[in-house]
Amino acid sequence: MVKLPTVFDGKSRLPADGRKAREPEEINALMAAVAEHQDVDAYQLLYKHFVPKVRAYMSKIGSDRAFADEMAQEAMLTVWRKARLFDPARGQASTWIYTIARNVRIDALRRGPRPIFDPTDPAFVPEDEPAADVAFERQQDADRLRVAMASLKPDEIKTLRLSFFEDMAHPAIAAALGIPIGTVKSRIRNACLKLRAILKDA
Amino acid sequence: MSEAARNTQGRVTVLHHLSDELLMSYAAGTLSEGWSIGVATHLSFCPGCRQRLSEFESIGGHFLDCEEVEGDETAGWEEIQKRLDVPISNVTAIAVRSDPLLPQPLLAYVDAAGGLRWRSLGGGASQMKVPTSDSSTVVRLLKIPAGKPVPEHGHSGRELTLVLAGSFGDSVSIFNRGDVELADDDLTHQPKATPGEDCICLAITEAPLRFTSRIVRFIQPFLGI
Repeated sequence: MVKLPTVFDGKSRLPADGRKAREPEEINALMAAVAEHQDVDAYQLLYKHFVPKVRAYMSKIGSDRAFADEMAQEAMLTVWRKARLFDPARGQASTWIYTIARNVRIDALRRGPRPIFDPTDPAFVPEDEPAADVAFERQQDADRLRVAMASLKPDEIKTLRLSFFEDMAHPAIAAALGIPIGTVKSRIRNACLKLRAILKDA
Repeated sequence: MSEAARNTQGRVTVLHHLSDELLMSYAAGTLSEGWSIGVATHLSFCPGCRQRLSEFESIGGHFLDCEEVEGDETAGWEEIQKRLDVPISNVTAIAVRSDPLLPQPLLAYVDAAGGLRWRSLGGGASQMKVPTSDSSTVVRLLKIPAGKPVPEHGHSGRELTLVLAGSFGDSVSIFNRGDVELADDDLTHQPKATPGEDCICLAITEAPLRFTSRIVRFIQPFLGI
């Protein structure tokens, strides 16, 4: 049993008026407060910001609204429990929360276990140590991703969204949009090429 | 170099990587379990593909960011608040067992099947089927004697072969530990294990359809066959 959190003393960095935290820097500060101080107030702000989005994501599980909401709670609770595993040098908090929600959704859909690599496995080949200014680069990556996504055609965005948010494999996307599967694949391929070109263009 | 890398048989440098299509489906969570075993095993060996994976996952994060929903943002807060008195995890789960040949998560599947059990395919080659709950793929390990051709395994539709020990190749390319070869119907070459060491690889193929008639396929589940 862990003592319940005290007030985070670096709170002046957090949004004072309780409005939704929106900027990635604010979100990262809230994540750090949860990881380091188990700050419930910071967690509540994160919860308010993310829970409607995670609920929307989970609603694709099926028609059982209560079950979908329960899975959203499960994902949000995992955010609290695993907060220390979030590393802002490796990516955005929203991406990290997306991967948690995705894993909960896969389990909920009973697709069988999700095979994942294990960084503690001696057979695991680690990357070289990240450079010190990598967090800054990650922020730039996030900005570039926004620019890159904005450069995609509406059809390409729609196709990516069906895949990443609506849980559709390529044949299901083809059926939903009434297009051949080859078109789905070529849209995704084109989107990929554009995203990579912009992300690499430092 | 870290402790982890020293424990393997020399540092693995992967030259043949996963396709965007496989990585993206894995990132989106729509890739079936069988293919995911191959993807996750390659990811254990390949920092470069893990970087690409996190780029694809950031697309998911972007859609989460963009999701503007009218919803009660306080709903469920009281319930979840009651569940916060559990310690925040400090570390990831420690791998139960490690193995110089099989990285996680492949090791977990082989252990669940009772360990490595080879069955002869003839010609000195052998295989082990790796049980999964995914009926759309067949996952197996193949052991090919040094210098011998890789036996046909499946060849209807897509196929992913990942080298775990030794190497195989043809006149064009060589595949070593961690390397992935992706093939489809029109690939007709037959690679050979490189002389000097037996080649062990993970092979994932689309499950063969036993019935091609649409009607039979439709009633197949009801017949229980």
